[in-house]
Amino acid sequence: MLTWLVRRLIQALFVVLAMTVIVFIGVHIIGNPVDILISPEADQAERARIIANLGLDQPLWRQYLVFLNGALHGDLGRSFVFNEPALKLIAGRMPATMELAVTAVLMSVVIGVPLGLYAGLKPNGLLGRTIMAGSILGFSLPTFWVGLMLIMVFAVQLGWLPSTGRGQTAALFGVQWSFLTWDGLRHMAMPALNLSLFNISLVLRLTRAGVRETLPMDFIKFARAKGLSPARVIFVHVLKNIMIPVVTVVGLELGSTIAFAVVTESVFAWPGMGKLIIDSINVLDRPVIVAYLMMIVLLFITINLLVDILYTMLDPRVRLETKG
Amino acid sequence: MNATIEVRNLRTHFFTRAGVLKAVDDVSFSVARGQVLGLVGESGSGKSVTGFSIIGLVDPPGRVVGGSILYQGRDLAKLSEREMRSLRGDRIAMIFQDPMMTLNPVLRVDTQMIEAIQAHAKVSRAEARTRSRDALGMVGIPSPEERLESYPHQFSGGMRQRVAIAIALLHNPDLLIADEPTTALDVTIQAQILAEVQKLAADYGTALIWITHDLSVIAGLADRIAVMYAGRIVEFGEAASVLDSPVHPYTNGLIGSVPSRNKRGERLRQIPGMTPSLLTLPPGCAFRTRCARADATCEQEPPEGTVSPDHVARCFHPMIAVPA
Repeated sequence: MLTWLVRRLIQALFVVLAMTVIVFIGVHIIGNPVDILISPEADQAERARIIANLGLDQPLWRQYLVFLNGALHGDLGRSFVFNEPALKLIAGRMPATMELAVTAVLMSVVIGVPLGLYAGLKPNGLLGRTIMAGSILGFSLPTFWVGLMLIMVFAVQLGWLPSTGRGQTAALFGVQWSFLTWDGLRHMAMPALNLSLFNISLVLRLTRAGVRETLPMDFIKFARAKGLSPARVIFVHVLKNIMIPVVTVVGLELGSTIAFAVVTESVFAWPGMGKLIIDSINVLDRPVIVAYLMMIVLLFITINLLVDILYTMLDPRVRLETKG
Repeated sequence: MNATIEVRNLRTHFFTRAGVLKAVDDVSFSVARGQVLGLVGESGSGKSVTGFSIIGLVDPPGRVVGGSILYQGRDLAKLSEREMRSLRGDRIAMIFQDPMMTLNPVLRVDTQMIEAIQAHAKVSRAEARTRSRDALGMVGIPSPEERLESYPHQFSGGMRQRVAIAIALLHNPDLLIADEPTTALDVTIQAQILAEVQKLAADYGTALIWITHDLSVIAGLADRIAVMYAGRIVEFGEAASVLDSPVHPYTNGLIGSVPSRNKRGERLRQIPGMTPSLLTLPPGCAFRTRCARADATCEQEPPEGTVSPDHVARCFHPMIAVPA
């Protein structure tokens, strides 16, 4: 287990390094921030001073080394726009995105697994078929459109839910959270549902496929031959077997949900990281973009690691030592 | 005779899109306390479906459509699912063909044994665990206390089948249905398992239905033998009588196909052709398309002919003269 962990961490290190190179080059290709940042009225001397100040007069490889050196010391650069450390800026927005993404993923499990179980157990029933048809909509409708429709129905027409912002927040561990207050929860309901719709469909289909695959197995028949109740057979024997793919996908989806909360955050004006990154891209605030992408890479690596560890708990046949 | 189980005119059909599949068509037999019935036939002859019909685990599109299954005088076909469940695993148990598939791969052996005990007996977990340990010891599993903590994949095939047998015998059932439990095992393990089950069945007076396609397995075990072909019993009688003087050409062919019965250097005898599809069964004797003795009369339904008081066969052209 320990050798495996060390090997994985070294692997992760290389992934991060490769990622910094790609991100760094990519960000420099998309445009020159100088044109946006410096007012057209500034004279030549002023221009040169600012460029030198931002470190943009150096060649790219030099800028990269300076960045790496900073990164090793926990400094991912200062935002050109806000003149604040990029990391601090992102960290300030992170709780909002995190609570939204985690809620969305939780919803996808809490809603997706039971619906998938039902659709798997009654594949030919009317409800089972309806669930499956609905999941296709969840897959294929674009997030921004669903978000707008939600706002139109629940905020504009019915007036049940607020459509923008985080609402009232409460502090926990020195961070402001929306899910701790009723008003915050009301604000979170629509964006979270919007964000989870795709994941619900995914988990639902995965669960259904797993049930269909597991039910005809001999060990299920044997469990029934032991005289176990249908509930025990379904919730212990079937469910534990299908949790393996579900956990993998949910884990990976948590990463993408955080990374791609951008659209939902824009639609619902949710002040999270996604909104920050969109704004930063608009003004070519390189340090923030780079720092954000680095965070996302680290996030994916961590989640993958956790999923692998969780695997061993769910499937006794998986042995971490033997894996590369 | 006081029968533990008496099957009368059992019909189990599968309602598929291609048509009605008569997997079991008018099958009758009985097994007394402590007796062993060998149910012999090729793949697709309906022997396994007969077993599943008795324990009430025929899955859709299959259904028991006729006849009665009397367990100590009670008709199992008329019991509710709940009543059936209380018998299943308690009074009537079953072991399956492939030991690699009968135990749930993601649950520990103790979990799978304890749940089987607690499904029918109101005992504490600790008490159930002790009983599980003793049961494992009884079927010849070394250091049962430690093995309880293992997962199925940590056992060999033979050991897994022993675990399955231990589970089936946990409540000392009145009837044990063994569906080819030794087919997937090594010959040496086969013999051990056979001896084990025979001894346990004899000790508790368990009636045993041993389903197999292998006559050599059944020869030393069964008191009586029923030979099934295309959903029907074509020959039924005392084991010695059926094996030594088979009446039906199909039984004769089966016995001839056992390699040890053939002389060295001689071509292995075989039954020509394949089991007919149950969807397109010819009228009359189902075996006539593969039978050397068949003629025009075989297009009629062959009646049950009595060879001796305890030996019957359905054939117009028996291998030995049947007294009228």
